[in-house]
Amino acid sequence: MGALEIVRTAFTPLAALLGGAVIGAAAVLLLLATGRIAGISGIAARLLPPYEDDGWAGRAAFVAGIVAAPLVLSATTGAAPVMHIAAGPVVLVVAGLLVGFGTVWGNGCTSGHGVCGLSRLSLRSLVATLVFMATAFATVFVVRHVL
Amino acid sequence: MSIVAQFLVGLLLGVGLVVAGMSDPAKVLNFLDIGAMSSGGWDPSLAFVMAGAIAVAFLGFRVVLRRPRPLFDSVFHLPGATGIDRRILVGPAIFGIGWGLAGFCPGPALVALGTGSGAALPFVVAMFAGMAAARFVLLRSRAR
Repeated sequence: MGALEIVRTAFTPLAALLGGAVIGAAAVLLLLATGRIAGISGIAARLLPPYEDDGWAGRAAFVAGIVAAPLVLSATTGAAPVMHIAAGPVVLVVAGLLVGFGTVWGNGCTSGHGVCGLSRLSLRSLVATLVFMATAFATVFVVRHVL
Repeated sequence: MSIVAQFLVGLLLGVGLVVAGMSDPAKVLNFLDIGAMSSGGWDPSLAFVMAGAIAVAFLGFRVVLRRPRPLFDSVFHLPGATGIDRRILVGPAIFGIGWGLAGFCPGPALVALGTGSGAALPFVVAMFAGMAAARFVLLRSRAR
């Protein structure tokens, strides 16, 4: 996989902090509105049957809001988000399967465990975050420096 | 009202991901590429995203949880599990491999879908299939 395209990106600490603060604010507002943790994987997965409660429409609205974000941004600011997808369709499908299965199996992703869980000082979320960071670091190392 | 609020919160979250640069898988993969530290290719931005998000959520959660109840529900629904079992190790391990392969976790993948480029579509469809598979396996083991 040495042919895999590697796009260099600039270190942007201020935009990262600001964007992170907005993500944190969204998590706080979801807790305030619905009393629930802003775990994107859990909210997305519960769009699929079986349905355990009557919260489907709210979850669909939340997911629709995330999908609409780049549309609203490019309509208001005129700038489309920068995006470089290096992986081919086969790798994207395999990665998607692993991300979908793993986040449901482990009850959370970067938002639920990484942001909300750590903010709640949850030991489970700390363990989950350390594990997915470790396997993600290892995977990128193998793909970019070993294969 | 609750549904409108949830749409707006999702929108805000998506805007935050774009501002933070996390909707670009290249930026995520360059953070995860610790092997590029010596060559100057490492991009530590994601650590600052986490720091900003956790700082706001850590304080904000404490303020919100002083309320007797959320705005649109009668009780708070916080995760109750505290134990470290095999699932909390295996699930994140699998998720991390997928995250490292494509540079997408669920939020940024949904944002990427909204750019309308279509390139993220195979990932998102497969992600929902993976979620359905895990839910099916968990449901069957619970029924037994």
